[in-house]
Amino acid sequence: MHAQTIALSVQDLSKKYDDRFAVSHANFEVPLGSICGFVGPNGAGKTTTIRMLLGLISPTGGTGQILGHSINDPDEYLKHVGAMIEGPAFYPALSGAENLHVLATLGGFSHERVAEVLATVGLADRAQSKFKTYSLGMKQRLGIAAALLPDPKILILDEPTNGLDPEGIQEIRDLLRGLANNGTTVFVSSHLLSELEIISDYIVMLRKGEVVFAGPIQQLFEAQQPFILVRTENESDLQKVVEIAIADGHKAHIQSGVAHIEGPAAWAGILNKKAFAVGIVLTQLSPQLPNLEETFFEMTGDKK
Amino acid sequence: MIRVIRAEWRKLRRPTLFLGTIGAALFFTGLFTSLLFLLIDSPQGNSDPANPISREMLSSFGGSVIGFSNVAGLLGIIAYCVFAAQTAQEYTYGTLRNLLVRQPRRLRLLVGKLISMKIFAIVMVMISGVVSIAIAYFLAPGAKVSREFWFTSDGWSQIIHTYVNVSISVVGFGILGMVMGLLLRSPISSISIGVLWILIIENLLGAVKKSTLDWLPGNQLQVIASGGTPQVEYSNAMTLAAIYIGVGALIASILFSRRDVAN
Repeated sequence: MHAQTIALSVQDLSKKYDDRFAVSHANFEVPLGSICGFVGPNGAGKTTTIRMLLGLISPTGGTGQILGHSINDPDEYLKHVGAMIEGPAFYPALSGAENLHVLATLGGFSHERVAEVLATVGLADRAQSKFKTYSLGMKQRLGIAAALLPDPKILILDEPTNGLDPEGIQEIRDLLRGLANNGTTVFVSSHLLSELEIISDYIVMLRKGEVVFAGPIQQLFEAQQPFILVRTENESDLQKVVEIAIADGHKAHIQSGVAHIEGPAAWAGILNKKAFAVGIVLTQLSPQLPNLEETFFEMTGDKK
Repeated sequence: MIRVIRAEWRKLRRPTLFLGTIGAALFFTGLFTSLLFLLIDSPQGNSDPANPISREMLSSFGGSVIGFSNVAGLLGIIAYCVFAAQTAQEYTYGTLRNLLVRQPRRLRLLVGKLISMKIFAIVMVMISGVVSIAIAYFLAPGAKVSREFWFTSDGWSQIIHTYVNVSISVVGFGILGMVMGLLLRSPISSISIGVLWILIIENLLGAVKKSTLDWLPGNQLQVIASGGTPQVEYSNAMTLAAIYIGVGALIASILFSRRDVAN
């Protein structure tokens, strides 16, 4: 990738606390204008990485660049970056709008922008209410509004859908997609892997401080083994189906009354013919690609 | 820098904080000033029994601001609490990370916050001074205290000197509060330890061994507000206070600029 097309990159980025690496020699790149999902279980090092990118904590080793500037010079790029780190944090006694005015004043952004971003996240009617009266979902929206204040080139969000209802999650998903379509790079961490699967173009997977995958999400899925789900009219025929699959060189097993057979979608037709030939009636024949959650657990070696 | 000062001021001007602080300052100012005049002939005295304020003293050039000068210690404690709370709460609320994303130059952020809080303290001192002088003006005739010299050129000079000294003292207390807020990162800890030290520990140490008052930090700041005392010279108090505040501010600044923001 050319430097002009990279929004964010890190090389051997590490953070060590005492004798433990919170982040260990992380390497990844995020292209401009993409939505990059940042995936990892609790304690994997996501927030530590984000804090290093924002200049809040110093790396123990390695380097990184954001919009072409070293992460050692956050003053050079943070004016183009919006961020919400580890949940929304605001002054409880100030209204939502006043909290944003504090940040707008500090960042040198126009105060008209405050009303705009509050409207964008659907908080215009509660703008004058004190932050301490907000629900968790409203606090989350205010955090996203604060991140949008600079009209950012890069938006870094740490678990942005926490506390949001399904409608709110859909709105945030649409918002992020809209921003990406307009050229904003979105770097979003979430434990809701299904959420990231829907919106992400790129994925960075972290486990115990180490990057286990970084690249286009499609590349991740293509590297995974597709599988076929099969149900039969008579459950007793499932074992025969599994035997047919194994005889053709496919791994297969029965789980909860369904045969899981590793194999490409094209082989489903062959299976159908072979089953029909021995008098088995298939009631379901579904070629599947593993979802992000299944892929994540397979790649990290963790069990669900 | 101006942006940092204005952003901090938006927080300081909120009614609960601004009016609450000014209200507390005016309560103590009114109380101290009124008692000076109302208890002038009381057998219990109108001030510290060791240093009673006589009618002659109140009638002198600086008589209008004796009450104001006496309340400086409490104004200082109020400033200490405000500075400590405003600084430490950035850690407890987690808002420091938002501020640093918008202003990554940490020392600039720190200095801007300090300037804004100094302005807040100076406004508080100014209002307290005006109210104290006004109360003194109206209570003086009833206490048979002459106001003849109060507003002469020497009287105004005393007023200005006292205002400057009280401002230096109160801002000094405030900076100590900010330093403690940065070191402890907790409003409750920084306020309780500081107030306990200034109000209890220094007084106990002074009662046990009077010479300790020659160098204890809280006492130096109170001496500055009084323009010097028979025990501690004004210049000595200024020098010692500057050393305490300078060293504390230096340590806090280094910590603030280098410490990871992990909460």
